[in-house]
Amino acid sequence: MLEFSTREGGGRRGFRAWAAIGDTPALVSAVTTSLTLAGLTVSAMLLLLVPTLAWVRLRLPRARRPVEFLCLLPLMIPAIVLVVGIAPLYAWVAYLLGDSPLTLTFVYVVLVLPFGYRAIDAGLAAIDLRTLAEAARGLGASWPTVLLRVVVPNIRSALVGASFLAVALVLGEFTVASLLNFDNFQVTINLLGKGDAELSVAVSLAAILTAFALLLAISFVGRRGRSSP
Amino acid sequence: MRSADTGRPSPRHRWKGRPTAAWPGLRTLTPYLGVLPFLAYVGVFLIYPTLVVVVGAFQGDDGHLSTANVRVLSRGVYLEAFVRSIELSATAAMVGAVLGSLLAWAVTTARPDGTLRRTVLAGCGVLAQFGGVTLAFAFIATFGLTGLVTVYLKDHLGIDIFANGVWLYDMPGLILVYSYFQIPLMVIVFLPALDGLRPQWREAVQSLGGSTWRYWRHVAGPVLGPSFLGASLLLFANAFSAYATAAALVSQGSPIVPLEIRNYFTSEVLLGRQNIGKALGFSMIVVVAVVMVLYALLLRRAARWLR
Repeated sequence: MLEFSTREGGGRRGFRAWAAIGDTPALVSAVTTSLTLAGLTVSAMLLLLVPTLAWVRLRLPRARRPVEFLCLLPLMIPAIVLVVGIAPLYAWVAYLLGDSPLTLTFVYVVLVLPFGYRAIDAGLAAIDLRTLAEAARGLGASWPTVLLRVVVPNIRSALVGASFLAVALVLGEFTVASLLNFDNFQVTINLLGKGDAELSVAVSLAAILTAFALLLAISFVGRRGRSSP
Repeated sequence: MRSADTGRPSPRHRWKGRPTAAWPGLRTLTPYLGVLPFLAYVGVFLIYPTLVVVVGAFQGDDGHLSTANVRVLSRGVYLEAFVRSIELSATAAMVGAVLGSLLAWAVTTARPDGTLRRTVLAGCGVLAQFGGVTLAFAFIATFGLTGLVTVYLKDHLGIDIFANGVWLYDMPGLILVYSYFQIPLMVIVFLPALDGLRPQWREAVQSLGGSTWRYWRHVAGPVLGPSFLGASLLLFANAFSAYATAAALVSQGSPIVPLEIRNYFTSEVLLGRQNIGKALGFSMIVVVAVVMVLYALLLRRAARWLR
């Protein structure tokens, strides 16, 4: 069935539509926006989650449940509902930071929180964090050094997994961007679809295949991480 | 503290003594500082918007506390949208659960780290999470008015799938396109449960003289039951909160709740009742939260055997 959907999408393509991908300026700029957004979201997510989760495990075990709850909360709140609530906030964001689509990063970090949490938490659970951190501290390392030079290299495959998931999610995001009137990749595909169906089918297929390759790559990275501890 | 100190202790001593002597609470509070950035971020971008929705749902147009918005939901178009949304989600969840578990079962018969399994899982990941607009287009290309399957069936087999009107942009179409991401999600969620079935159990049943049917009825069925139900609930929640696919497929009218919210969002001023959108959002949170809590409970039940 997955083969089916992609094959049919491709079966109808003409080369004209594929050639048009390159010279549709709106599309190119939308792809750039989405990729930048993905990069920003990933870095913000890692910056926010890795120190917090490591800290909670080391110094504040009592806060684990609440933090887990907060991280998984976005699963309970449909994106469309989150948009309704966040719209007034975005008036402020636009006022303070300008009206760039890149401000979507703030919402996207929230959206990827559950997936990032699961991956990073599993990564932290797999290593002996306490011993590692105490050893490093005992040798005189500061907290940032512990995080960057001890924790991060040890959970690298978890971080890679979390990042890829976040990238896939951001590239596929439509709800928030369309309702807050920002043009990202999916919004543009949708718009193009009203005028040139073949073009947007071609782009959709290209996008699906790219994401597929991405996820296939993760599964190999994950395996390599396990076989060489 | 320093002014009270006449003896001027050495700096080192002072530093050591300070946390416990001057602010006894400080030492216990320091660990909390580490989670402060996280809490601040989540507070601003997750908790605050949620509160806006929840509070707004119970606020009248004049800003006073009122249940009018929520009461409106139990009538007319909103009730219909809810019924339709729930019907759609339930059907899509059932289709996804049944077909998805069959596909997952087929995948488990393949080698655990074989290419087939890897490919299917990656494909499922894409369809289940990437989804949205792109899927809607794949769907239109396949079953649309000039879609490949539609045209093929008409030309070669003489079957017009739209003989009874175009159902594509209505409920049946939505159910069909939702199953595009429901089935893959089911595979992802259900596969670990199937992997948890130990071959020894089957061998035990066989050595005791049980048939295959008995194995499924008395061993595999009860073990998988909670996982299956839980996964179905997750699928329900997923379909219930899905928006992008429906939005790309249905550009006018609002047959289901998320699209109804879009209506309010894009034309709040026009309709005058600004908080109905929030009330709709609130009711969606309630539905999804109930379903997810049930899911968590079932998962705990399922975890008993799947270790």
